[in-house]
Amino acid sequence: MTQGAGLPAHFLRPGSSFMDFLAEHDPTWGRRLDVTGVEAPHGTTIVSCQFDGGVVMAGDRRATMGNVIAQRDIEKVFPVDEYSVVGIAGTAGLAVEMVRLFQTEVEHFEKIEGMGLSLEGKANRLASFIRGNLGMAFQGLAVVPLFAGYDSVLSRGRIFSYDVTGGRYEEHSYHAIGSGSPFARGSLKKLYREQISDADAVRICLQALYDAADDDSATGGPDLTRGIFPVVYSVAADGVRRLEEAELQTLVDSVVEQRFQRPDGPVADEGQARP
Amino acid sequence: MTMPFYVSPEQIIKDKADYARKGIARGRSVVVMQYDGGILFVAENPSRALHKISEIYDRIAFAAVGKYNEFENLRVAGVRYADLRGFSYDRADVTSRGLANAYAQTLGTVFTEAQKPYEVEIIVAEVGPDQASDQLYRLTFDGSVGDEHGFVAMGGASEAISGQLQALWQADLALPAALRMAVDALAEHGGQGPRTLDEKQLEVAVLERTRPRRAFRRIVGEQLASLLRDE
Repeated sequence: MTQGAGLPAHFLRPGSSFMDFLAEHDPTWGRRLDVTGVEAPHGTTIVSCQFDGGVVMAGDRRATMGNVIAQRDIEKVFPVDEYSVVGIAGTAGLAVEMVRLFQTEVEHFEKIEGMGLSLEGKANRLASFIRGNLGMAFQGLAVVPLFAGYDSVLSRGRIFSYDVTGGRYEEHSYHAIGSGSPFARGSLKKLYREQISDADAVRICLQALYDAADDDSATGGPDLTRGIFPVVYSVAADGVRRLEEAELQTLVDSVVEQRFQRPDGPVADEGQARP
Repeated sequence: MTMPFYVSPEQIIKDKADYARKGIARGRSVVVMQYDGGILFVAENPSRALHKISEIYDRIAFAAVGKYNEFENLRVAGVRYADLRGFSYDRADVTSRGLANAYAQTLGTVFTEAQKPYEVEIIVAEVGPDQASDQLYRLTFDGSVGDEHGFVAMGGASEAISGQLQALWQADLALPAALRMAVDALAEHGGQGPRTLDEKQLEVAVLERTRPRRAFRRIVGEQLASLLRDE
């Protein structure tokens, strides 16, 4: 950063995007090298589920590199601002940097404009970030986030998923991404109910992650010996809240206790679907 | 053939300084004050949209008087400086001292090199873990920096306001008392004669020491009115 004669001219030009400013400040930033064949840690399963008045997002703690567990306590769900969270699957290094840039972008806009971006605005901005990574995605280093937040206009939680080209899709009720997502989604499909409470949504997410870890080797289950549990965030009208360790311990214990009785988890009540 | 008049460098600097001072003195005042739980900012500002007080980063805020477009430019540059630093290094590496230096360089360069100096005066404040580590930097139109303690008044009748606060300010003021003191000083000296200022004419914000991460909070509407009624 040049300090000699004060702030450079591009600091004083109008504009409210940190990303655009960064591109002007350092044109080489974000220029990627040809890295075909690099093996890098990958994040795996993220689940998200709506409840009455908000949304929950949870992620397992495993990062894998091929068949090796690269990290057993990685965090893959992050708060973006006071009313939204993002979970990441794919190349961990690029994803974490994308999240940091996205957090800065959202806060930057809010400070410069004096008001925050709408939830939809944030979701669209994230889509353009993913599109910016398309070159890397073609080389096998894709980043695919899941975005969720509280929409203060509609007074409810919303979930957005993405594809590698930056396509943005709004999901209804629940969604899961990452290698364990087919199993998690199946689990969510059976356990989700309309208008559930915050606590029920958390429990459903934990069950879905357990099911993902049960069938996907790249997804980590709760590590009871080390006390490593999924990262869980709940977003509602009063903002983002991360579930504390003690709270999670109780919930995880009850899920594991249940699985001792029935390893495949709760039985879906077929009768409930009938009128 | 006409010859340009010779004007001595001293005269040029003096003229520019007088020009800037006059511009700043025309505006309404801002008071920044330490209280027991953080740093309080009070501006006489009837506008809800054009702010004189703003958040820069987690623990850092900005207050300004003078020409709006000029200090708004500096504010945006400050947010960029802070966000760029925080993104490139870490959030803990963004300091008010670094920002004050960058502002000082910018203001100094504009003052000596541009035709017209910036008609602004700004304060960069950072709330620390305890009151002794709070930082208040006052920057004037020519780029000089002052490291202040306790309270600062700038713009309009800043000297009279400072005089009044000098006699009253204490380190252990609670927020309502500090706010009352600042508002009274602004009301006493800001206009033609003593007046009363209500929440519609004031812009108030705090850097709260105990708030996690982003310490900046605006106090508006009913919350401000009830704080003003206190005592």
